[in-house]
Amino acid sequence: MIKERKVNITPDMTWRELTPGGVIQDAGNAEDFKTGDWRSMRPVWNTEKCKHCLLCWVVCPDNSIKVEDGKMTGIDYDHCKGCGVCTAQCKFGALDYVPEE
Amino acid sequence: MAKRVSLSGNEAVAQAMRQINPDVVAAFPITPSTEIPQYFSQFVANGQVTTEFVPVESEHSAMSACIGAAAAGGRVMTATSANGLALMWEMLYIAASSRLPITLAAVNRALSGPINIHNDHSDTMGARDSGWIQLYGENAQEAYDNFIMAVKIGEHPDVQLPVMDCFDGFITSHAVENLEMLEDEEVKAFVGENRVAPYALIGQEPVSMGPLDLPPYYFEHKRQQAEAMKNAKRVILEVAAEFEKLTGRKYGLFEEYRMEDAEAAIVILNSSAGTAKAVVDSLRAEGKKVGLIKIRVFRPFPAEELAEALSKVKAVAVMDKADSFSAAGGPVFTEVRSAMYGRADGKIVVSYIYGLGGRDVTTNQIEKVYNDLFSAIETGKYEVYNYVGVRE
Amino acid sequence: MAKLVEIRWHGRGGQGAKTASLLLAEVAFNTGKYIQGFPEYGPERMGAPITAYNRISDEKLTIHSNIYEPDYVVVVDETLLKTVPVTSGLKKDGAIIINTSKDPETVKKELNFEGRVYTIDARKISEETIGAYYPNTPMLVAVVKVSGIIPEDVFLNDIEASFKHKFANKPHVVPKNMEAVVRSLQEVKGL
Repeated sequence: MIKERKVNITPDMTWRELTPGGVIQDAGNAEDFKTGDWRSMRPVWNTEKCKHCLLCWVVCPDNSIKVEDGKMTGIDYDHCKGCGVCTAQCKFGALDYVPEE
Repeated sequence: MAKRVSLSGNEAVAQAMRQINPDVVAAFPITPSTEIPQYFSQFVANGQVTTEFVPVESEHSAMSACIGAAAAGGRVMTATSANGLALMWEMLYIAASSRLPITLAAVNRALSGPINIHNDHSDTMGARDSGWIQLYGENAQEAYDNFIMAVKIGEHPDVQLPVMDCFDGFITSHAVENLEMLEDEEVKAFVGENRVAPYALIGQEPVSMGPLDLPPYYFEHKRQQAEAMKNAKRVILEVAAEFEKLTGRKYGLFEEYRMEDAEAAIVILNSSAGTAKAVVDSLRAEGKKVGLIKIRVFRPFPAEELAEALSKVKAVAVMDKADSFSAAGGPVFTEVRSAMYGRADGKIVVSYIYGLGGRDVTTNQIEKVYNDLFSAIETGKYEVYNYVGVRE
Repeated sequence: MAKLVEIRWHGRGGQGAKTASLLLAEVAFNTGKYIQGFPEYGPERMGAPITAYNRISDEKLTIHSNIYEPDYVVVVDETLLKTVPVTSGLKKDGAIIINTSKDPETVKKELNFEGRVYTIDARKISEETIGAYYPNTPMLVAVVKVSGIIPEDVFLNDIEASFKHKFANKPHVVPKNMEAVVRSLQEVKGL
C-alpha cells in the first residue's frame, strides 16, 4: 500500500509545482515506482514446499519477498523485476521460475 | 551604532563572517583570499563564534562540505580565488541547482595561466553561468556590506540560491582603508539568528536531496532556477532598501556616477570604478560630459535597467578585467551591448579589456578611454574590440 | 597640510616597509583622516625590493591605482638607492627620507633630485633603544615629522597607545619603543 505522500511527484507536473531542485520530501519513496513490469520471467512460490528459511528474503535485491512474523507470505509483484536470484538459491524447490505470459 | 574602522578587505569580510556567526565554514587557502579563513579560524579558536570550521584538503572538498552543510539546513560560508574557484567548478553548479544559499567571498584573481596571483576578473567571470548570484564591490566597505546582504538575499524564500561576494584581490583584499562596521547585534538582527531552510537533510522532516534528475524533470528544475534568478533582482533591491535604513548606505543593481547629461560613459566594476570616478571628476571639471556606471549585480543581469540608464548617452565603453576570448569583446561588454539592443539603439558601444593579471589600472588609461569615446563621437571612426594598458 | 598626501615606501622583503605603511595608515586614521595603505606584491622573497604606498586625505579616497607621483618617498634600505629609481615621479616640492648614517648633503649629491632630502640613522636609533634592528619605527616617525600629516603631540599619544596595544604581552618594550620615537623626532636631518 502506498502511503499518503506530501508531494506525489509525477511527470505531468509543471516547474511551478515541482519541489525546488528536485527535493524528495518523503524519504523511501522508491515504493512509488513500480518496477514489476520490467519482468520477462517470474518467481512462483510453492507454499507446501517452503520451509520459511527466508534465504530468498536475504538475497532479493528489491525487497520483494513479503514476510510477516518470521514467515514468508508471498511475492511483491509490483516491484519484483524477475531477476531469479531467489529461485536459484532455494534449496527446497519452493520457488519456480517461469516465463511471463 | 556604526564603528569607524580601518581594515583590509579580507579583514572586513572575516569580521562580517564573525558577526554573522554561521553554522559552518569550510575553506581551503589560496592567495589572495587566504586571510579570510585564516582570520576566521582565529575567531573560532578564540571562541568568538560557534561555527564549525572545516579545514579541507581542496576547494572541491570545501564546496562539497558547504553543500552538505547547507543541505543539512545550515548557514554556510567559504572564501576562495582563481584556481580555487576553478577547482570548485562542478560543485558550484550543484550548489546552485540544489538551491543552497551558500555565501562565498570570491576574491578576484587571474585564473592562470601563465601562472599569476594578481587581480583580474577571469575567475568569477568564468563562473558567471554557474547559477550563482554575483555581487561586485568597489572597496572594503562594499565587500563587507555585500557579504552581509548576500546572506539575506540567498536565503530569501523566493531565491534560495548561493551568492558570490566578488572584490578585487590585493587591491581591495590587502589594502587597508576606512570603513564603517555595524555592531555585532545589528548584523545578527539583520540576517536573522539562524537560517530558515525550507528543506533539510536533518530535523523534524528530513528530505532527500540531489536525486538523479532525468529528462522528465531536469528541464523543469532549470526553469525553477531561472525564476529564482529573476526573483533575485527584486529581492536584492528589497534587501538593499532594508540595509540602507540600517546604515544609510545606498545600494542598487548598479551605481550611476554623474550620468546626468553624460555623452560618454564607461561601464565598469570593482575597484577600478573608484579610479574611474576620479577621472570623471577631473574631466567634468574641464567641462566634458562624462559619466560612469558601476555594475554591482552581474547575476542576475540588470538588462532593462542598464539600457534605460544608457539611453541618453552617445557612446559607451564597457571595460572588462577579463577577456572571454570570443575575439569579439569581453563578457560584460557582450551582455551590456545585448541589453541595449532594441532598447537603446544607435549608440557607439565598444569593449575595452584592461588590467589583466594585476596590471595597474591608472587614471591615464581611463582618461584615454574617455578620449577615444569623444573621438568616436566626432569622427564616427572607432574599433569595437580594444585593449588598454597593454604594451603595443 | 594638503588635502591629499601620497607616499611611496621602498624597502626589502622582511624589513617591515609594508608594516610601516600600514602603521602610518593606522596613525593617520586615528586622527580622523581617510587612508589607504597597500603594498605592491611582487615575488615575495626576503630581501627582494618591495614597494608600499599610502594615501592620506581629508576627503574620501576612490583612486585604487599605485602612486606614480608621490609627495614623499621613504627609503627603508639605503642600498636600494643604487638599484631602484626611488625618486621616480617624486614631486619637486616633495621630499625623500632615507635611512642612512650619511648626512643629507652627501646623499643629495648621489641622488638626482632637486627637492628636499632628509636622512635618519634608523639602525643606530633602533639598536641603541630597542636593542635590535627594527627600522620601521624610526622611519614612520621620520615621515610623520617631515610630512606634517599629524601634529607631533597627537602622534606621540597615539603611537604610545598603539605600542601598549601591540605589545600587551611584553609591556617592558613599550618605553624602549617610545624612546626610539622621541629620538627619531629629534634626529631626522634635512635640507
